[in-house]
Amino acid sequence: MHRIVSWPVAFVRFWYHFIIGDDWTVAAAVIVALLVTALLNARGVVAWWLVPLVVIVLVTVRQYRAR
Amino acid sequence: MTGIIPVLITTFLASAVEAVEMVTIVVGVGATRGWRAVLIGVVAGIGVLAVLIVGLGAALTRIPIGPLRIVVGGLLLVFGLQWFRKGIRRVAARGMAGVQFNPDDEEREWTGDGFDWTGFVLSFKGVVLEGVEVVLIVVSFGASAGQLGAAVIGGAGAVVVIGGIGGVLHPFVTRIPRSFLQLVVGTLLTTFGTFWALEGIGIAWPGGDGAIVGLLLLYLLTASANIALVRRRTLVLAPERR
Repeated sequence: MHRIVSWPVAFVRFWYHFIIGDDWTVAAAVIVALLVTALLNARGVVAWWLVPLVVIVLVTVRQYRAR
Repeated sequence: MTGIIPVLITTFLASAVEAVEMVTIVVGVGATRGWRAVLIGVVAGIGVLAVLIVGLGAALTRIPIGPLRIVVGGLLLVFGLQWFRKGIRRVAARGMAGVQFNPDDEEREWTGDGFDWTGFVLSFKGVVLEGVEVVLIVVSFGASAGQLGAAVIGGAGAVVVIGGIGGVLHPFVTRIPRSFLQLVVGTLLTTFGTFWALEGIGIAWPGGDGAIVGLLLLYLLTASANIALVRRRTLVLAPERR
């Protein structure tokens, strides 16, 4: 029973660590930035700059906070 | 459609990072436990990967390119940001220093009778886990750019080249400067991830495909500035800790 439960858990854990990594807030911020970009684009607003800006801010803030 | 050369170079470099990990595991285990079971594990792992490549390749041809670009671009962006951030931290901390095989991870040399299942499983697991990452990089880059052939050549080339280097220079393979390679590849993955995800949404990039170069320069500048900031902060904090 333990093996039956642990295999899917290990599978999900592998993909979680592979994609999300050690900081889920970075993934969440990227998804929000993509959604906002899609909404702005649908309203005819030029929004290609938003995701690169979020990436630069995210990386800089995360490096600054990392010890 | 993205050009053949950028896809070839990016998949080669991205796959090379995974291949370095794969070869490090195989060489490390093989050197400590003997090569027979380890090499059988490598062959079995490659067999599993071949089935995966054929399966994914066939499935991807039926998926529309727009949603695929959003999903793959978004995944690459999130995944690339991990390496981008880690690469900045590592290069800031260690410069061009390479990885060292952790002696604590080494298994004791196997001297028993019969087949060495531990050596087999360790190498099989290393090849499959790192290989799956190579396959994902190859299939995602290749399908999104419409250059699956170039991506396969890039990915397979990286595994063959790093594997060959590992075979010839296995005493030194653990000293490949992975931190710098990780930063370069993290920057490339973040660049392509940003470009494809937004293209999938329907964004018209100023300058078309030329925007990739602009994004790459912007992220390289960000990496350089962050490395300088981290080093400066380390120097400022270091005397306070004494």
